[in-house]
Amino acid sequence: MAYSKKELNEIQHEKGSWEKTSLKEELEEKGEWKKDFSTSSGLPVERIYTPIDLEKASWDYNERLGFPGQYPYTRGIDADMYRAQLFRMMQYGGFGTGKTTNERYKYLLAQGLNEISVAMDLPTQIGYDSDNPLANGEVGKQGIAIDSLLDVEGMFEGIPLDKVHIATTANAIGPIFLAWMLAVAEEQGVPAEKLRLNLQNDVLKEFVARGTFILPAEASVKLSCDVVEYCVKNRLDNILPINYCEYHMREAGADVVQGLAFCLANAVAYMNELTRRGIGVDDFPSPWINAVAGLDLFEEICKYRAFRRLWSKMMKERFGATNPRVMALSFRGGSQGSAYTAQQPLNNIVRGTITALVQILGGAQVVEAHSYDEALATPSAESVRVAVRTVQILAHETGIINTTDPLGGSYYIEALTDKIEGKIIKLFEQVEARGGAIKAIESGFISQQIGMSAYKWLKAIESGEKVVVGVNMYKVDEPLSIKIFKVDPALEEKQIERLKKLKAGRDNHKVKNTLKGLKEAVADGVNLVPPILAAVKSYATIGEICGVLREVFGEYQEKV
Amino acid sequence: MMSKERPIRVLIAKPGMDGHDRGAKTLVLALRDEGMEVVYTGLRQTPESIARTAVQEGVDVVGLSCLSGSHNYLFPRVVELLLEKGMSGVLVIGGGIIPEDDIPYLKQKGMEAVFGPGSSTKDIAGFIREKVKRD
Repeated sequence: MAYSKKELNEIQHEKGSWEKTSLKEELEEKGEWKKDFSTSSGLPVERIYTPIDLEKASWDYNERLGFPGQYPYTRGIDADMYRAQLFRMMQYGGFGTGKTTNERYKYLLAQGLNEISVAMDLPTQIGYDSDNPLANGEVGKQGIAIDSLLDVEGMFEGIPLDKVHIATTANAIGPIFLAWMLAVAEEQGVPAEKLRLNLQNDVLKEFVARGTFILPAEASVKLSCDVVEYCVKNRLDNILPINYCEYHMREAGADVVQGLAFCLANAVAYMNELTRRGIGVDDFPSPWINAVAGLDLFEEICKYRAFRRLWSKMMKERFGATNPRVMALSFRGGSQGSAYTAQQPLNNIVRGTITALVQILGGAQVVEAHSYDEALATPSAESVRVAVRTVQILAHETGIINTTDPLGGSYYIEALTDKIEGKIIKLFEQVEARGGAIKAIESGFISQQIGMSAYKWLKAIESGEKVVVGVNMYKVDEPLSIKIFKVDPALEEKQIERLKKLKAGRDNHKVKNTLKGLKEAVADGVNLVPPILAAVKSYATIGEICGVLREVFGEYQEKV
Repeated sequence: MMSKERPIRVLIAKPGMDGHDRGAKTLVLALRDEGMEVVYTGLRQTPESIARTAVQEGVDVVGLSCLSGSHNYLFPRVVELLLEKGMSGVLVIGGGIIPEDDIPYLKQKGMEAVFGPGSSTKDIAGFIREKVKRD
């Protein structure tokens, strides 16, 4: 940090005498009230950081930080960050049918949001129609039930798709969701190039967290990359065809280092496949990471900074990128749901505030606080509004957006950023040594690592070593004071009725043909987005489309 | 001579389509640490397959985990099938995101207890020991 040797010696000298006097006296008098002051990932934290810590690592400002909007992007991906453009405010939502979901979206947009992330029910996410016996009890829970384009039309009625950003957790069904959106945009008269869509489409993480896989890993990666290839080749620049996810692995128990190391390994697996298909690195889609924001404020903020730097270096040095667009990593953040407690749920408003703060100080492009009732049920209209307001208050009332990367240059922040970066690289290399993400998933390595961390965390809470307010300390024994939102169970019947009607009323000959076309396309080994789009437009259902895919590719068998 | 008491056998199962298995998997480890023999089904089990496994494994306890909101259908269905298979003595407990209001209904349908987020695994293990011993 450009301190002269003399200055550093002076600091070292002062530190030494502080340790021998003030510190020593205080420790002798009071001691410390806890043994362990490490981060949530178990990284040790010193009691004080000084220029010496950075100098030890021959820390160079221009090399490690530079300026926002420039390589290595540690301080942010845009030159003027939130002064030029505020982060987008997003909420994840949807339940029941197209109609009930449409009403919720209009309500959310009226609260000032500019992005909506479509929550789908589980049958939709794993490719079953609402009338499948396996879907019994699941229809419209956790998200909207989408059987066909008809439901997507209902969901976006009166919502201008060239203005509102739409995101989604479609993973195993990535190409189908893309097809639905292309079809519904066409109906709205919105050209595909203007569609603002952010597809999650990261199916690899589903095998180790969240669990909405359908096909075996290789076939799943093929489908995800078909989506990316289709968008790149058709120059659909407003569609982000893939978001690499750290988020769900963290929710499954991964620590900060594991989450990003495994996320990176997954990203590399997709990018290797894109390279194999002849897509040049400089034409890759703009990189996005879906990253959780946990409660360990500084560790989480450093994670965002470390990963931006690590990413840009990897793209440049490993993939040989020259296009800054593919080196600048965008983040969509979100509160860590597993940090929310079912006990004393209003306390989660505070947790939402802290986790949103993490995202903003970390330099995220999309910010979301979760609703306080998330550990109990699908959020109510009231609790979602509090979550939206939380982010709005941080954006407009606190002044934290006035300057870029306000924590940059803090001795602690920089030392921790460096440490996290190094740890991620090390674990990522371990995955590489095991043959990369797909092999490490199939061998169970990644699941085991995540499972072990989850168990360690649980034990730390149960032993009282980690305090969770309201759960293992400061408990109260009183009835729940908030109203819980419930999805009307009658919506399942309604949805099944709607599906029956659709099947009776559509051109079934056309459906048969498009499904046949899809099967042939698989045999030909071509990109599957066009035949899926044709099937979707003929109102083939998700169960029918995925039925073809299951038949030809087989299904993934979870190792237990 | 060692008098060996047979360890309590537990089946932890994920009925339905919910893929959130953190709670289920950590409970498997915790109950094993408590000296129980624990079988885990993996994701996406039907009530039928869970009941079948419970019979095959001869378990004393079936623990069901669901975070998707479909517990009111799935949990009672498992109990029903266990009864059909003559496993009336098996202790059935549940966990996940289960609203307080649903618990009386689930208990009426034969669930012995529901353990929500933040439940201590020691308490769960204690509950199991108490119930299995008494019955």
